[in-house]
Amino acid sequence: MSKKYRPVRLAVDIGGTFTDIVLLAGEQRLVAKVLTTPREPEVAVIEGARSALAEARLAFRDIELFVHGTTLATNAIIERKGARTALIATDGFRDVIEIADEGRFDQYDINIVKPQPLVPRELRFTVPERMDVHGAVRRPLDEAAVSTIARRLGELRIEAVAVALIHAYANGAHEVRIGEMLAERCPGISVTLSSQACPEAREYERTSTAIANAYVQPLMAGYLRRLEREMGKLGLASPIHLMTSGGSLASLDTAARFPVRLVESGPAGGAILAGRIALEREERRILSFDMGGTTAKICLIDDGQPLKARVFEVDRQSRFKKGSGTPVRIPIIEMVEIGAGGGSIARVDSLQRILVGPDSAGAEPGPACYGRGGSEPTVTDADLVIGKIDPARFAGGKIPIDPGRAERALGAGVGSQLAMGPEQGAVAVAEIVDENMANAARVHAVERGVAIRERTMVAFGGAAPLHASRLAEKLGIARIIVPPDAGVGSAIGFLAAPAAYEIVRSQYMRLDAFDINAANALIDAMRREAGSHASAAAGERSVLVRRSCFMRYAGQGHEISVALPDRQLIPSDAALLREAFEREYQRLFARFIPNALIEIMSWVVLATTPTEPPAGLAAAPLRAAPAAIGERSVFDAALGKRICVPVFERRDLQPGSSIGGPVLIVEEGTSTFVSSSFDVGVDAGSALVLTAKPAAN
Amino acid sequence: MSKPIGDIELQIMWNRLIAVVEEQAQTLLRTAFSAIVREAGDLSAGIFDRQGRMLAQAVTGTPGHVNSMAASVTHFIQHFGLETMREGDAYITNDPWMGTGHLNDFVITTPCFHRGKLVGLFSCTSHLMDIGGIGFGPDGTDVFMEGLYIPFLKILDAGKVNETLMAMIRANTRLPIDTVGDVYSLMACNDVGCQRLVEMMDEFGLSNLDELAEHICSKSREAVLAEIAQLPKGAWSNAMTTDGFDGPITLRATTTISDAGIHVDYTGTDPQARKGINVPLAYTTAYTVFGLGCIVASRIPNNAGSLGPLTVSAPEGSILNAQKPAPVCIRHVIGQMLPDVVFGCLAQAIPDRVPAEGTSCLWNIIVRGSVKGGQVGNYGFSMAITSNGGTGARPQADGLSATAYPSGVKGTPVEIAEAITPLIFWKKELRPGSGGQGRTRGGLGQEIEVESGIGEPFELLAAFDRIDFPPRGRNGGGNGAPGAVAIKDGARMFGKGTQLVRPGERLLVRTPGGGGLGPAGARDPALVAQDRREGRS
Repeated sequence: MSKKYRPVRLAVDIGGTFTDIVLLAGEQRLVAKVLTTPREPEVAVIEGARSALAEARLAFRDIELFVHGTTLATNAIIERKGARTALIATDGFRDVIEIADEGRFDQYDINIVKPQPLVPRELRFTVPERMDVHGAVRRPLDEAAVSTIARRLGELRIEAVAVALIHAYANGAHEVRIGEMLAERCPGISVTLSSQACPEAREYERTSTAIANAYVQPLMAGYLRRLEREMGKLGLASPIHLMTSGGSLASLDTAARFPVRLVESGPAGGAILAGRIALEREERRILSFDMGGTTAKICLIDDGQPLKARVFEVDRQSRFKKGSGTPVRIPIIEMVEIGAGGGSIARVDSLQRILVGPDSAGAEPGPACYGRGGSEPTVTDADLVIGKIDPARFAGGKIPIDPGRAERALGAGVGSQLAMGPEQGAVAVAEIVDENMANAARVHAVERGVAIRERTMVAFGGAAPLHASRLAEKLGIARIIVPPDAGVGSAIGFLAAPAAYEIVRSQYMRLDAFDINAANALIDAMRREAGSHASAAAGERSVLVRRSCFMRYAGQGHEISVALPDRQLIPSDAALLREAFEREYQRLFARFIPNALIEIMSWVVLATTPTEPPAGLAAAPLRAAPAAIGERSVFDAALGKRICVPVFERRDLQPGSSIGGPVLIVEEGTSTFVSSSFDVGVDAGSALVLTAKPAAN
Repeated sequence: MSKPIGDIELQIMWNRLIAVVEEQAQTLLRTAFSAIVREAGDLSAGIFDRQGRMLAQAVTGTPGHVNSMAASVTHFIQHFGLETMREGDAYITNDPWMGTGHLNDFVITTPCFHRGKLVGLFSCTSHLMDIGGIGFGPDGTDVFMEGLYIPFLKILDAGKVNETLMAMIRANTRLPIDTVGDVYSLMACNDVGCQRLVEMMDEFGLSNLDELAEHICSKSREAVLAEIAQLPKGAWSNAMTTDGFDGPITLRATTTISDAGIHVDYTGTDPQARKGINVPLAYTTAYTVFGLGCIVASRIPNNAGSLGPLTVSAPEGSILNAQKPAPVCIRHVIGQMLPDVVFGCLAQAIPDRVPAEGTSCLWNIIVRGSVKGGQVGNYGFSMAITSNGGTGARPQADGLSATAYPSGVKGTPVEIAEAITPLIFWKKELRPGSGGQGRTRGGLGQEIEVESGIGEPFELLAAFDRIDFPPRGRNGGGNGAPGAVAIKDGARMFGKGTQLVRPGERLLVRTPGGGGLGPAGARDPALVAQDRREGRS
């Protein structure tokens, strides 16, 4: 292999519908998009990787870094296609996941429907045992009861078990023992212990996280092991790194144990990409819009940094309301996700309303136009009938699609029930899905208290560039950036992710009884552990260690993060920490409480490779636009009519060229529809930049 | 005169105002000390204009607080006068008749200044677990037994904390750490709200909130009136009997729907009681209009405009308009019945939109006792472990199991309750068979067992209802199961009043199930089978 191709890096993102592949060999970037193979996702991964490698004249053994992300776990929860899962809880606590927080996510709506627990009541078992809040055994574990349950699990053909006992975060011994007994008695069943998946107090969130992990584990672990084996056979020598929901890389072993940490890995890659796009262009406030085959993701990014959170709700129900989803407690890049993708199925309900999603036709059978047995109309079928998709260019021409099938499905599934033709049906379906996404974005922005209009949208993912213009019109956004290779944006983001490992460990310490030696010993041990994990994925990059702790006033229930100095702690640091805590507390909450007792609840060590900010872009010299390669008839929703738009090939568009909308720009992984409200130019980084035309008054 | 603001801008600013108060409430949640606030969300937060009209409230929070706090800001303005207010001032009261109905709720109101001008006020309230006196229970026979009574006072004077008042508060509670901490938390949340409002006004170039306030109030009022216009007009009456303290109490309501709005009158309701279950009118009004809002205007944001067309009256001296010095400590037990009382009227007018009766009141397990070893700052433990029964069956769906309604308070995690008290929970599980039968079924209650974990006695400050009079089914639906309080395998306990649980005894609490709606024979057989399979019936 020639030196100039180094380093060779491969990124693969499996979505519900498509598997995206990006191969970087030196300066060369090759991308591919293949249909996801849901029953054996590794088939598509290998097929895509093989074709990209072949095109670059490289082999599997040449790969130096392989980063992998997937929404398989998320989609399994949203579509309720995970394992047949049981719960083992403490006697007397069978219903923790159903009692939940006893609240209503909408105060005024008496008709709310709460999320359906992933484990139905008849599969929730309990065992006599009890730890107390200090981790002391109050009631020994009844092992005979565990044996009885183990037998029942076999009879009931259970595939996965979550064990979530009261106070297991303080002492996981009973959970561990149950895990051992299950491994012995029902070896085929995968087991998640809450004390390992989420060692934090508050039984509902911990149980919910353990159950979500168990629910997706057979699917995910099975897949990851097969992938490892198959790639090994093909000669892959580098380890496989997994993109986590928090935006950093983890080893395959960690991922197979805690697949719940991958729930938003694809979207996390997208957020990282959007952050870099923003930094390169000195855009301070971004709304990233990632729409794939199954879901749409919206994320707010300020100064290149996506917001982080510690709890994520999968599958929010009613109108994306906070509190209406299944909570999982994991490090995560904060975003909203709704069931609105190219494969989302459209139907008409009993009130004659058109509903789109959340269920997706996925890759099998796929939208009706794929001709793979799908008969229900989807968003992609609507986009095709509207004219936004050129059938000859879909997925680079690799996936043949049939507009006739799309029309028939829209006619039968939507049009006939509402006395409209297929085209009107298509327009209505597209409009509903765009409105759904706009509402999700508004709600998210309101939750964060930010104005959406002033933001620049970064649109990527296979379906986003098709819908970005309309979404921006609805949100009043005036500027849209569509990065190069937008169709595979998340996978590109994977390659920019740091190799990192974060450890959070609870050890209570009052600041007025600050124990330097204990703190230093704890941090040192964490530093070694985190450092070795991060170094394993870092290659030749250096690894930095950042320390922080979660502090609060004694008696409070929530903590704030305070940075620790990058060195061994010394006695005078207690005063330093009080000052730092009060400063941060005042910054967050406007005033601090003088002379109140302060306590440290937990310690955090993050070992990470440094992320260098990308270089800014120079302005591109102006240049004439190339000739159009053709024209298409497209329905423009803002105008409410069909218009004839010129079609351009994206790779013909050089930096500095600009075109007045409306226009359709086609490329390998997606098409960008520039509506009549926008003009489009190409910047020095080869991104399409859509700018709203001045208002016509 | 600046140019008028466009409708779209007004819409965006209105949304932003809702986001501002939501952040105000989040600050309160995240900085609170009392578990009933930080875990259960017993709080409210809102922004008011210079006339004292509520413009937006946080959805996080509980209706009894929100709608009574809405009235209390007007009292603050009347008492102090806008002209005396300076930047950095904040005011406090826990007057049950001027605030939110009992001494345990502190209301703090902060004037907000933008470029030196008072543009609005932020107000918030949260539940303080202990404010001295007899404690958070119904045993007092007048309000003076129920704790420290704070009239309208300044807590902040140009940014400086009123240390005299702080010292009085600190000295008059069993939980000085939590109580003083929560006062700081209340002050901070108003400050955060004010900071965000100032940022918003700078961003949109606003110099006052007048036009926005007008827009919010008139749009909301119009929207509520439009909803009311679609309802049948007339007057409907309903009565509900509850357990009371030392005898049953009957609540009577007449709901009149007219083009001008909806009025609920409680004439005929029983007189105020000897013990602390009486309700000041502000709290009666708060829950009544909340119930009305849920049925007729659930999509319209809560503010002075949307609340305006919904009015309430109750005879002075009745239990729903109790007069000082009546004891009012657990006014929520009766007050939270009122949405169901009103639903009984509305069910005659619009039967297909109204649920059956539910548990209505919170089933908080209020406990107090000593702790082992050294405790820093507080005297023993006092805690309200928020818990709920089932809600009433709904026209289109079963009632919700173990869910607060009408209260917006959440349940307390067992792992948190055990961190704050030396108690052990041996059970907290759904209560099979407790939901009233019907075409749609009532939500299930819970069964909860609690014991001392340190071999010491503890007190139960019982404040439960629906033990003698369970939630009623409607249109042929069965009643929900009545609640129960007892020593496990031992004596029955009273639903109200302070009682002792001895070492080794297990307190057993069964929360009520919701009432059913429609005849049980009309229930979908698939749902009947599912209930049986899942052990719910």
